[in-house]
Amino acid sequence: MATGTRAVTNELQEILLKYGKDRTQLLPILVEINNYFGHIDSNSIIEVSRYTGVPIGEIHGVITFYSFLGQKKRGKFVIRLCRTISCDIAGKEQIVRVLEKELGIRFGETTEDGMFSLEYTNCIGMCNNPPAMLINDKAYGGLTPERVVEILDSFKLSEYQDMFGYGGVK
Amino acid sequence: MKNEKKKILFGEFVTGAGLVRALEMGPGKVVAEVKASNLKGRGGAGFPTGLKWELTAKQESDEKFIICNADEGEPGTFKDRLLLMEQAEKVLEGMAIAGFAIGARQGFIYLRGEYVYLKKSLEDAIASMINRRFLGQNINKTDFSFEVEVRLGAGAYVCGEEFALISSMNGYRGEPRNKPPYPSEVGFRDKPTVVNNVETLCYVPYIVTKGAEWFKEHGTQASTGTKLFSVSGDVKHPGVYELELGITVNQLLAEVGGEGAKSVQVGGASGLNVAEKDFDKSICFEGLPPGGSIMVFNHQRDMLHVLKNFMEFFVEESCGQCTPCREGNYRLLEGVRMLEKGECSVRYLKELEALCDVMKDSSKCGLGQTAPNAFLSIVENFKTEILYR
Repeated sequence: MATGTRAVTNELQEILLKYGKDRTQLLPILVEINNYFGHIDSNSIIEVSRYTGVPIGEIHGVITFYSFLGQKKRGKFVIRLCRTISCDIAGKEQIVRVLEKELGIRFGETTEDGMFSLEYTNCIGMCNNPPAMLINDKAYGGLTPERVVEILDSFKLSEYQDMFGYGGVK
Repeated sequence: MKNEKKKILFGEFVTGAGLVRALEMGPGKVVAEVKASNLKGRGGAGFPTGLKWELTAKQESDEKFIICNADEGEPGTFKDRLLLMEQAEKVLEGMAIAGFAIGARQGFIYLRGEYVYLKKSLEDAIASMINRRFLGQNINKTDFSFEVEVRLGAGAYVCGEEFALISSMNGYRGEPRNKPPYPSEVGFRDKPTVVNNVETLCYVPYIVTKGAEWFKEHGTQASTGTKLFSVSGDVKHPGVYELELGITVNQLLAEVGGEGAKSVQVGGASGLNVAEKDFDKSICFEGLPPGGSIMVFNHQRDMLHVLKNFMEFFVEESCGQCTPCREGNYRLLEGVRMLEKGECSVRYLKELEALCDVMKDSSKCGLGQTAPNAFLSIVENFKTEILYR
């Protein structure tokens, strides 16, 4: 446990050292920590405060302001389904049902294995190809139930490949 | 591009020509030319770009900044995404010209978190521009140097508002503040700063090379130039269209295959709902709001459902700093829910309309001031459909 914490702290320090110490670096630092660890825990907030000199309370205020930043751990893959009107009228509700059924969780939850989180988001600028969603850094448009299942499978497969080497379980 | 007629942005372009010309002209003449073109901000608010540059150029300061506002969050808008994907060099050239004009050496692209997948290609474009000496030190072998860096947002619609964007970049919550002072005086790191929309910057190289008079041949007298429209909803051909300002809703619908529409939301959630009877009105700064978002609804669509979607959006995206916006949007959404259940009296609806006026008058920023637009226009256009259900 102790070594684990130290490893996390080292990774955190590595991230911090990439940035300058002035306040304008705060958001880029928080975005990188959030993306790397899946959330920004209280230890990270303390370290960021030490590094930048920004009070802990203010860092907390900044984190809670942005919907992509969070103190609760999200899944490895965060699925953000667009709920704005162009996606909504193009069949968003059906996609909601497919995602919930396939992953066995409701929106706002994370799968038990820590792989997927389901969230809604506002317009992601994919209105010409609705319904659409983001999974981490990528955008997927023109969603149909079949395509959603294919996309989820491709993420699960890539995980197996990471764990067992190329080709999945032999 | 579905649009056959190549107008300005999707016409011919040689990277660097505008910048080289600007360097010959000198900062004063560049500002004067952009001012003469009457180019207005393409992010939605429509502030004259030349004037913004002039005010910032006048400021005495050791540092100034150019920020390209790529926090495209208005529902139904995706034209900046297309420009950043396909025409990044043009955006960067516009930024460099702006930097030269106002005396800035550093620029930032504030890219919304939802578009993080564009970061790599933008950084590649910056590197390629530096290689060709259109960015970096001693641009085109002159004394002018200009660097560009990409900064990411993290999911907040209000950060598209320029004061909120600057707060966000300064490392604070992305909350707007009272004005004055304007960013031209106190902006990023409290230094004079110009914030321009992606599309606005793209017109700049053309205005510099072809001149203000040529630019004014497009559009109307008060709304010069073309405009990119992001078209979505119930149309045959959704996509980005470059059309002249002053185009009527009818003409636009014909272009995109949206004939027979029930209503069109012009300018996004913060824009206006336009019903069939007003389809002959034109989209320009003196007419319907030219923010660029066009969402088309056919006769099967329930307009109360559309309105509810917009109000949920504003309740979530209001930064909560000022009372009229935070409470007002919440009350409007509550009213929509009452309407859904058939529990809203005509008298109460009138009270909500009065609340809309209060929000417009007293909200701190554009979000709260424009949030009631959808409510007012949809209620007015579809009163019978909405009230008696």
